[in-house]
Amino acid sequence: MTKPDYLDELEAEAIHILREVAGQFEKPALLFSGGKDSITLVRLAEKAFRPGKFPFPLVHIDTGHNFEETIRYRDEMVARIGEKLIVGHVQDDIDAGRVVEQKGKNASRNQLQTVTLLNTIARHQFDACIGGARRDEEKARAKERVFSVRDEFGQWNPKSQRPELWDLYNGKIHKGENVRVFPISNWTELDVWNYIRRENIPLPSIYFAHERDVITRNGQLMAASPFLNMDDEDVVQRKNVRFRTVGDMSCTAAVESYAFEIDDIIAEISASNISERGARMDDKVSEAAMEDRKKGGYF
Amino acid sequence: MNMLKFLTAGSVDDGKSTLIGRLLYDTDSILDDQLEALQRSNRKNDDGTIDLAILTDGLKAEREQGITIDVAYKYFQTEKRKFIIADTPGHIQYTRNMVTGASNAGLAIILIDARKGVIEQTIRHSFLVSLLEIPHVIVCVNKMDMVDYSEEVFDQIVADYRAKIAVKLNLKDVQYIPVSALKGDNVCYPSDRMFWYKGTHLLEHLETVETHTGEEINVTRMPVQWVVRPQTDELHDYRGYAGKVLSGSFKLNDSVTVLPSGFTTTLDRIELFDKRPEEAVAGMSVTLHLKDEIDISRGDILVKSNQPPIVSQLIEADLCWMDTKPLDPTLTYLLQHNSKVTRCRISEVLYKMQINTLEKLYDEEFKLNDIGRIVIKTADPLAFDVYQQNKANGRAILIDSRTNLTVGALMFRAAAE
Repeated sequence: MTKPDYLDELEAEAIHILREVAGQFEKPALLFSGGKDSITLVRLAEKAFRPGKFPFPLVHIDTGHNFEETIRYRDEMVARIGEKLIVGHVQDDIDAGRVVEQKGKNASRNQLQTVTLLNTIARHQFDACIGGARRDEEKARAKERVFSVRDEFGQWNPKSQRPELWDLYNGKIHKGENVRVFPISNWTELDVWNYIRRENIPLPSIYFAHERDVITRNGQLMAASPFLNMDDEDVVQRKNVRFRTVGDMSCTAAVESYAFEIDDIIAEISASNISERGARMDDKVSEAAMEDRKKGGYF
Repeated sequence: MNMLKFLTAGSVDDGKSTLIGRLLYDTDSILDDQLEALQRSNRKNDDGTIDLAILTDGLKAEREQGITIDVAYKYFQTEKRKFIIADTPGHIQYTRNMVTGASNAGLAIILIDARKGVIEQTIRHSFLVSLLEIPHVIVCVNKMDMVDYSEEVFDQIVADYRAKIAVKLNLKDVQYIPVSALKGDNVCYPSDRMFWYKGTHLLEHLETVETHTGEEINVTRMPVQWVVRPQTDELHDYRGYAGKVLSGSFKLNDSVTVLPSGFTTTLDRIELFDKRPEEAVAGMSVTLHLKDEIDISRGDILVKSNQPPIVSQLIEADLCWMDTKPLDPTLTYLLQHNSKVTRCRISEVLYKMQINTLEKLYDEEFKLNDIGRIVIKTADPLAFDVYQQNKANGRAILIDSRTNLTVGALMFRAAAE
């Protein structure tokens, strides 16, 4: 028997974590954004529970400003795997006046989705939410446990995290609290891509190079769309681009690319000197932008 | 390519974060935008070079105080190996966070400030490394630039560490490397300024040290995490037992015993999603199928029949206490051993360690970060191994059922009389 390589090790660790969630919680959910990390989670869940059903639904928090390719992928995938999907709409919270749409040129619904996420968790009484966050993404995330307890307001308290020993995960919580679980904590961006290649997992088309109308804003390429507050200064250009991370259209920047196949993407990332989060406007607000958002309940 | 998880331990200001920053920097693992953010934050060393330490201090409170409070995990890879670093706090107050980082490590780097030599914290960290049975230790004597790269200083510290720590704690594989994390000597490149040092530099050692998977341990264990039962028409009788093989390996047709019930049957099939391997080795998350219908649920453990573990309700164990509330022997705690959770009580405190001197203390109360040996009584029998022989099935955590906090780490030593 050949020794397992690092992808096998990472996979086995993630499957173990998913099964712990299934064994320890009453009402877990898998948060699905349509991005490559949550797509990887879905494959890992198949490995953990097939031929049985997933012991949790998929939950998508839809900002209403998503790439249509992502939504199409989501619906096709859910139909293919035959699992339940729950969608929380940010628009519903805007319509009900629970959140107020941002104004100005750099307005984004990214912040607003935290409220919809917390409302969706409360409405369905989820006690564990599985997410695709990785510790290599950002320095505050590098600090986070695999089982990360949130209080009834969804807050993360980085100063009083539970000790987490060996692969023994403590999922005991009080009513109203929930646990955010990150099975691919130890994966890097490159690991995810290598895994997707190895497993031959289909992805939304926006990850691959394509022609698109874009504008340059704050040095970043943004997809031209009705969701972006554009004015006369914004010059629309047609470029060959792809997206390295998939979030809201108003906060996810594209990179110029001719990577049409997954091998090209892996070569491009390996040679890149910019981190994945370098293309997220939301992280550039301040040095502790991510930490602050997580304390407020953001994933 | 395989993977090595390691931790760095050292006292406050010994330069742990700088060492990690140096490893990342010299292996080109820091990307331009991260470097730019680093330069923006404007923390410079006295000589004008950027402060590598802030790469790892991810929390506001840590940057404010310049100390590491919680474990940060960092990732890098070379052509030879993939690495996960647990950057753990050195401060005594955060020992539990160091144990968190250390529990999954295959190697420990212990930093010593060349100007200070072996100090109490060095003994404390080394003791934890030995308690957790981390197989490899690298003692990095750091800040060699501050002692004129002196061979005598290095030799003195090595002799001191050997006599005071390595021998007493019976540490098996210890390497000593003189480094300057700040200047980069012997971290990722050999140093001309220490021509007298003939050993390997740090990265070379990290790339070549043998990693352990648990496969080499010959007792075979798999706790059941989840019973896969599709209950569909075509898979009406499908019943698979899902879990991660902790140690050893199962092969088809092996005689398998279920504990604690003690029923024995034969291994019929191994599933790994769409594959049907003939063997399931340590570290693999698999689904097992057995020949006979037996009542098995989460919390049970499958073992090879000719390799029985210890089954007992009275266990002698080392305990590391991790809560601000002291241990209360009158309380019932929850004990989590793999996928099994049972109630338990601490029936006896045998001794506590004075870690800085490695002396035993008697009749002491267990407070935050205290370590010692106890006897524990569990409500249900546990099927376990001695931690020193099989770490994976020899450890457990204690949970306070009032607060739900993880309050203790347990390493089993024997069944108690």
